[in-house]
Amino acid sequence: MTATLHTTAALALGDDALVLSHRLGEWAGHAPVLEEEVALANIALDLLGQARVLLSMVGDEDELAYLREERAFRNLQLVEQPNGDFAHTIARQLYFSTYQRLLYTHLAAADGEFAGLAAKAVKEVAYHQDHAEQWTLRLGDGTDVSHERMQRACRTLWRFTGEMFQPVEGLDIDWTGIKTAWLESVGDILRRATLDIPEGPQAGAWTAGAGRQGLHTESFGRMLAEMQHLHRSHPGASW
Amino acid sequence: MATAAAHRPAHADGTAHMDAAAYEAVFDAAVAADERIEPRDWMPDAYRATLVRQIAQHAHSEIIGMQPEANWITRAPSLRRKAILMAKVQDEAGHGLYLYSAAETLGTSRDELLDKLHTGRQKYSSIFNYPTLTWADVGAIGWLVDGAAITNQVPLCRCSYGPYARAMVRICKEESFHQRQGYELLMTLSHGTPEQHAMAQDAVDRWWWPSLMMFGPPDDESAHSAQSMAWKIKRHSNDELRQRFVDICVPQAESLGLTLPDPDLTWNEERGHYDFGPIDWTEFRDVLKGNGPCNEQRLTQRRRAHDDGAWVRDAAAAYAAKHNATGTADASARTAGGPSADQTDENGKA
Ligand SMILES: [Fe+2]
Ligand SMILES: [Fe+2]
Repeated sequence: MTATLHTTAALALGDDALVLSHRLGEWAGHAPVLEEEVALANIALDLLGQARVLLSMVGDEDELAYLREERAFRNLQLVEQPNGDFAHTIARQLYFSTYQRLLYTHLAAADGEFAGLAAKAVKEVAYHQDHAEQWTLRLGDGTDVSHERMQRACRTLWRFTGEMFQPVEGLDIDWTGIKTAWLESVGDILRRATLDIPEGPQAGAWTAGAGRQGLHTESFGRMLAEMQHLHRSHPGASW
Repeated sequence: MATAAAHRPAHADGTAHMDAAAYEAVFDAAVAADERIEPRDWMPDAYRATLVRQIAQHAHSEIIGMQPEANWITRAPSLRRKAILMAKVQDEAGHGLYLYSAAETLGTSRDELLDKLHTGRQKYSSIFNYPTLTWADVGAIGWLVDGAAITNQVPLCRCSYGPYARAMVRICKEESFHQRQGYELLMTLSHGTPEQHAMAQDAVDRWWWPSLMMFGPPDDESAHSAQSMAWKIKRHSNDELRQRFVDICVPQAESLGLTLPDPDLTWNEERGHYDFGPIDWTEFRDVLKGNGPCNEQRLTQRRRAHDDGAWVRDAAAAYAAKHNATGTADASARTAGGPSADQTDENGKA
């Protein structure tokens, strides 16, 4: 695998999709209502589909998913954050799908090697964002308990959002423009959900761009251990 | 239903006052003529109760059945298999949704039925009280458990109650994807490394007998069979369906290069069927009573998911009330997209 600009970007976007898909897959059988079993699985499947296209642009999808060490993954720290309660999952989804929607809209409009994937993905991601928005509204403007939980989730994950706007090599994007649009979009949804826009910094000492450089959070290693265990136990086997 | 007016006398003109016997005669005639009974038609209370019990048990089986397979989503050994498995588990949630809706047409809400499941007053298929110990179990479940479900359910597509029959048509299509995917998974393992082959054989050894038990007790001990047959809710006896399943599986096992764990399996020229060994009904009754390897675990996880989700459902209801929208189920179903055979297909071929 040669680290061209193209592979750096494909890995970054592909790992985002792969890792978030995995986290959403952990909800199977645990969702708060049957409709959400279906909805969360839909999103997870869309993301896994995107991941497979992107990783295949770089090499063998299974080698990349199952045989890389933690430090070689290029996903945002945001997407690897554990599911937490339903509010955390929704806040993570709101932050990420808003970013992904803006990013893919740009990539679809440009003429680069990601245009085809982005054109298809942007439709999927629009649904993911809508789903997250609907639930942000319900939880934020639902009961006192749900409001409190959603507010806490938005605040907890806020410091992982700055990383999204760090330039990714190989993507010709107006990152400042994306950040402004993201703040506007998320801010508007949070306001309508009667939630405060978190005030803290959007990055900590280890969060700004760290995931993109292969620095992750502790729970990520355990996630990979589970994900890769069976594949690694049978070297060379096909499945 | 072809002749709605004929068996919907009270609704047809709003004035007819027939006595119970006359309603029953109209109902019986409709069933005898293989017409569909629809939600607004008159039906005997016992028919309604039987259907609710059966549809509820079926719905519960779909959602509890998600657990043993979801157990492997995070460990699926390739991205292609992971996509297939996630789509399958999602389909089962969708089947639960269709079936709870079918039960609602009989005047029983999903909440009520879930409560009965959570409090142990209604059952789900005992097969899901067995654990999925290795990756090959995912294949064995697809091949044998979905396979047995199809054998059981295809006749239900002609069930006398319309909404149930229609739900089954949709469900059976998806179950047959699952069955083929499971078979293909086992085929890959069986022809893979020696370790993979052993894994596949071990899974088939463990799932074969419980799969045969899925057809229920032998005909002479089956409590509800006769009446259900008369009502055309059921079309074939437990033993007939079990035999049909065995006859399908034996040649498939040969193609897979795997052995079914029954030394008595032999082709009986005279009967035109495979003979098979005795089923351990003691184990069946024991698992049914709650003493299977996973009864406690499955129900506990189901209750926990429900309880942990209470605040989410409350929030959706409160939001809906404030904003005059529909309730949580409707609202999320609208954005959920819904499970689709297409998706399974696409992932299956990917
Ligand atoms: Fe099903
Ligand atoms: Fe199935």
